[in-house]
Amino acid sequence: MGSYIVRRLLQSIPILLIVSLISFGIMKLVPGDPAIVIGGPNATAAEIENIRKNLGLDRPFHVQLGVFYWNLFQGDLGRSLLLGKPVLEAVIERAPITISLSIYAMVLTIAFGIAIGVLAALRQNTWIDQVATTFALIGVSLPNFWLGLVMIVLFSVHLGWLPTNSYVDFSDDPVRWLRHATMPSVALAMLQIGLLARITRSTMLETLRQDYIRTARAKGLPEWRVVAKHAMANVMIPVITVIGIILSVLISGSVVIESVFSIPGIGSLLGNAILRRDYTMIQGGLLFVAAVLMLLNILVDILYAWFDPRVRYDAGK
Amino acid sequence: MAAQPLLSVRNLRTVFGTMQGDVTAVDDVSFDVVPGEVLGIVGESGSGKSVTALSIMGLLPQPPGRVAGGEILFEGRDLLKLPKSEMRRMRGSAIGMIFQEPMTSLNPVFTIGDQITETIRVHERIGAAAARVRGIEMLEKVGIPSPQRRIDDFPHQLSGGMRQRVMIAMALSCSPKLLLADEPTTALDVTIQAQILDLLRDLQREMGMAIVIITHNMGVIAEFADRVAVMYAGRIAEEGPVGRIFDAPTHPYTAGLLSSTPDLIGEVPRLRTIPGTLPSLYELPPGCRFAPRCGRRVEACEAGRPATQEIAPGHFAACIRAREGASA
Repeated sequence: MGSYIVRRLLQSIPILLIVSLISFGIMKLVPGDPAIVIGGPNATAAEIENIRKNLGLDRPFHVQLGVFYWNLFQGDLGRSLLLGKPVLEAVIERAPITISLSIYAMVLTIAFGIAIGVLAALRQNTWIDQVATTFALIGVSLPNFWLGLVMIVLFSVHLGWLPTNSYVDFSDDPVRWLRHATMPSVALAMLQIGLLARITRSTMLETLRQDYIRTARAKGLPEWRVVAKHAMANVMIPVITVIGIILSVLISGSVVIESVFSIPGIGSLLGNAILRRDYTMIQGGLLFVAAVLMLLNILVDILYAWFDPRVRYDAGK
Repeated sequence: MAAQPLLSVRNLRTVFGTMQGDVTAVDDVSFDVVPGEVLGIVGESGSGKSVTALSIMGLLPQPPGRVAGGEILFEGRDLLKLPKSEMRRMRGSAIGMIFQEPMTSLNPVFTIGDQITETIRVHERIGAAAARVRGIEMLEKVGIPSPQRRIDDFPHQLSGGMRQRVMIAMALSCSPKLLLADEPTTALDVTIQAQILDLLRDLQREMGMAIVIITHNMGVIAEFADRVAVMYAGRIAEEGPVGRIFDAPTHPYTAGLLSSTPDLIGEVPRLRTIPGTLPSLYELPPGCRFAPRCGRRVEACEAGRPATQEIAPGHFAACIRAREGASA
């Protein structure tokens, strides 16, 4: 198991290098000169040339790339052109907001997605199954930004139950955070709940037909134990894989949701950086998000091996 | 046959609901099993043997299956009338069962030790450590080498034969009085088949349980069973002591089955086959179900269901010409 984790971590290094190359290259390919944006509409050609020189944009591509990597290996993602502070600092400042939102959405997804899926499978072809599958279908069909807007109109504007502005950090006041984070998290999670519920339902139905479930019943185990232990342990294997994908989608989905709910997370940070061509910020932000996603996926792979002994032992060979 | 039967199946009828209406997979089947004996149930695929076993165990896939009639008396109590929780406690403790597919019958994500001790602990008040000791003993009993180490293996680390041994260890871990073995050797290599049968016989002698072994293989019956019931299209065609049935089958279907089984003694003639196929359960012939394939068919065979007659003590056949002697 230990060697499996080390191997997965080593595998992530080349991937991170490729991602960094892409994030560097993409900003060079996109039209629009950051020097002009920074200089503003009234800047003279000489001023713009000066800015370009300060940023090193006048140097050849390979030199810029070399400098980029040299700084990167020292943990320096550069300085944001607009905010005037190190990119890493800005990202780390905003990251907890996005992460807390994503975790909240993830918890909702796992709890409701699996519960609804299992319930529907155990009550297959009853009204409970009908309601659950319909709910799941609605979940996957609604775009999250639309759902977010509808929820704002309903719960904030009409009912006045939940606030939409002046976001509060979890560390400052967990209760107020919960009031602020619930709507965006639900909006984010809804689609994933639907997705996970559908996959859990079909996996559970498939699993309950397996020979080892019949064996478990033939041993005289109570039905709850047959389901909760023997079936669930097998259902979790494909479900974990899906959860890994859902994690990535939740984090990227927060870019849209954060702007709908005006939450100052990584999503809105990157969104603004793109609009204003703050290319060091975009580079650094992309790299940061990619690294986080990669770590999460490694975590999922480890969980996968934990749930499925066949993977664990193959990896040990 | 003086002993009080351990298991007495009376007029069992099991049906499956389908789009085209109910089909009867087991139709009016009766047989007894006395303590410590081995009854073989033999028949082709689809003859209702496995459904009979699952009905006894209360493990029919429901829906679509259900027992529509009859009694299953185990030590005098009707299993069909037991509350669900009591029937559950019978499974694994009083009645054990092993299945055809050892490769898929064990849960892939738990160790075999977990799966064996779980059975013991669900039926007996016993601590985890004591259950583990029992588990190791059981593995040793079924011939798993170095059981102390093997108990922590996962099923995928064992061969098919070893997995079937584990299944047997699990089924016998609470010393059941009856073991239902549904095609326990069919999925295994021929050499392993013989080992598993030897093991089952040794364990049966040692532990004294009764076994109902279900198979399509006459050789397994000859080697292993005391009595045999031959099933055809959901009914028992012939039942009796193995020696008698093999020497003097009276039902043409039994005779056909035997002549299509290779015999290692004497000359080896070309194997005979029974013409035709098992009738569809949707379109069963009105009289004797074997009549359309039978070489000894007379008009009366199609008129109604042939009554079961006792040919000799303990030897029954459902054929109107049974007393005329055997020659298919």
